[in-house]
Amino acid sequence: MFDFVSFIPRAIVQGIPLLFGSTGETLTEKSGNLNLGIPGIMYVGGICGVIGAFLYEHSVPAPGALNPFLAVCIPLLSSLLGSLLMGLLYCFLTVTLRANQNVTGLAMTTFGVGFGNFFGGSLIKLSGADVPSIALSRTSAFFSASLPFSGKLGWFGKIFLSYGFLAYTAVILAFVCAYILRRTRIGLQLRAVGENPNTADAAGINVTKYKYVATCAGSMIAGLGGLYYVMDYACGVWSNNGFGDRGWLAIALVIFTVWRPNIGVFASFLFGGLYILHMFIPSGMNLAVKELYKMLPYVITILVLVIVSMQKKRENDPPASLGLSYFREER
Amino acid sequence: MNKKTKTPLIHITKRDALPWYKSWGIRAAAILLALIVCSVITTTMTGENPLQVYATIFNGSFGSPRKVWVLLQNIAMLLCIALAVTPAFKMRFWNIGGEGQVLAGALAAAACMICLRDTLPNALVIVCMCVSSILAGALWGFIPAYFKAKYNTNETLFTLMMNYVAMQLVAYFVIVWENPKGSGQIGIINQSTEIGWFPQIGSYKYLLNILIVAVVTILMYFYLNYTKHGYEIAVVGESERTARYVGIKVDKVIVRTMILSGAVCGLCGLLLVGSTNHTLTTSIADGRGFTAVMVSWLAKFNPIWMIFTSFLLVFLSRGAGEISTAFGLNQSFSEILTGIILFFIIGSEFFITYKINFRKSAGKEVASHV
Repeated sequence: MFDFVSFIPRAIVQGIPLLFGSTGETLTEKSGNLNLGIPGIMYVGGICGVIGAFLYEHSVPAPGALNPFLAVCIPLLSSLLGSLLMGLLYCFLTVTLRANQNVTGLAMTTFGVGFGNFFGGSLIKLSGADVPSIALSRTSAFFSASLPFSGKLGWFGKIFLSYGFLAYTAVILAFVCAYILRRTRIGLQLRAVGENPNTADAAGINVTKYKYVATCAGSMIAGLGGLYYVMDYACGVWSNNGFGDRGWLAIALVIFTVWRPNIGVFASFLFGGLYILHMFIPSGMNLAVKELYKMLPYVITILVLVIVSMQKKRENDPPASLGLSYFREER
Repeated sequence: MNKKTKTPLIHITKRDALPWYKSWGIRAAAILLALIVCSVITTTMTGENPLQVYATIFNGSFGSPRKVWVLLQNIAMLLCIALAVTPAFKMRFWNIGGEGQVLAGALAAAACMICLRDTLPNALVIVCMCVSSILAGALWGFIPAYFKAKYNTNETLFTLMMNYVAMQLVAYFVIVWENPKGSGQIGIINQSTEIGWFPQIGSYKYLLNILIVAVVTILMYFYLNYTKHGYEIAVVGESERTARYVGIKVDKVIVRTMILSGAVCGLCGLLLVGSTNHTLTTSIADGRGFTAVMVSWLAKFNPIWMIFTSFLLVFLSRGAGEISTAFGLNQSFSEILTGIILFFIIGSEFFITYKINFRKSAGKEVASHV
């Protein structure tokens, strides 16, 4: 019998970083910026949180003396700051300097992954431990603290209430983004910028401002995914390249959800499930088959991409000017 | 009425084509700036004198004959993938699946080496490897192209996903063929018999690769600039509607170009397995599929200039790698430096394409209004 009660929470925990990433990327893509730097930004968000937590933990010598409020806020703010800077860099290059978005994004990923691994490695050296990772279990405890009574509610508590606050933040953020995009004036104008910046500009919408704000906000949300991964999922242990290719998977998820963050909530849990399905499928000694199961999220994304483009439904299309820089004087 | 007209401080206009020496001058200035920033960062990290840092960068590529050969080999491989993705980019098809196409080619080559070693003579195995890996790469390019041509599926995301499909396929076969059992890797294939190993020219292990890529470069240059196909690619890239209007079958051009693109990537995979590494790993392409995008774009899709841009990127990344070993820094430091240098080069393109006009001084403005 397939063990759903232990599978679902693990799938959700896997899905949360993807949800952060895809919500952020959806917001970014709706403004017409295809930010392929998301994997790098998620690394930066993660490591900046780790640096903040590391400095704070080491400035408080006595164990147990951490102020819970500061222990959560310092990593959270430093993570947001790090990913905001990355978002600003991307905007400066692609919006102000009108550089090619694909190239900029790939360079950001190179930089961000290097940045994360470099500082991760340096902190390991600083902490003087011989292990290839740093553990911030004290800070992590605050991040992964779940509601006190969740343990008493059996399977219900396990499936719905056993997560840290960032997990709920991710879900709320996704619904808020969906609401803003579909139901508010700001969302309408943002979508106009992504679909046709010329028209938006003519209508008096500040294209540059919308692109900047949406992309920076998107980066910050995506950066939280990195923070969640380190602090909650990995219990405060930063290991180099531990985050893996989840950033790319988050970008895949954006397509999978046809640019709708509210679908993203369920889709990300589905992806999380697919990502770890290979651990739950009894394959005996045949390790090779597990590698094929890991292919599933990507294959399904391709299928969705193809099916969506076959339908030719306009509301399922990517933003029309996705990947193109806007220059007002170019007609 | 004294209505004040507001003039923005800066006004950006598009430039006409700059002469090549000016545009390369701007790029050189950007690289210089980037190197200064990098050395400042390295100096603050390590406390070394900046000149020492530059010497180390140079040393990373030219320190010994072996390093020069490794440099040339890396340039050849990067250039090969950049050449492969260029025709696709020229028609605005963002093929960022070079990584996956290389892996597909490498997988096919390794499959031939392993499955045919007991049945066929060496020469035939090599022929099979060439054919199958080029076909495998072409197939990996064909799939996204077909859907792009038929249903206008977003190619950037499709090719990106195909990378991971290829990577997991390779991971699967690595375990199937692992040697010794349980090690999780293939090891050197046919180490004793050397079946399927490409012949060495003299004592230079990498010379064959470099020569092959040199030939491909020249062929690609002619293909893009002097053939009907190349012209069609350029027209489709400039304007798909114009292409349709003059009777070019856009779908056919897209599919044909991507098959070519994938095939050249497959060739690169073949060279990596058959001639360089003699093994198969999931990281055999080593991120080059992504770096190649930058090589091709920086050279403005010109195959000859790509020799310089790929040299530049390989030189810098090897130099940055050397810095991290020499000064006891984490290997990832080189990625940070490469990233910074890329940001500067990417940013510098702006100053090549656009001109910044500052507002004329306020006094003149008033005078002209009166």
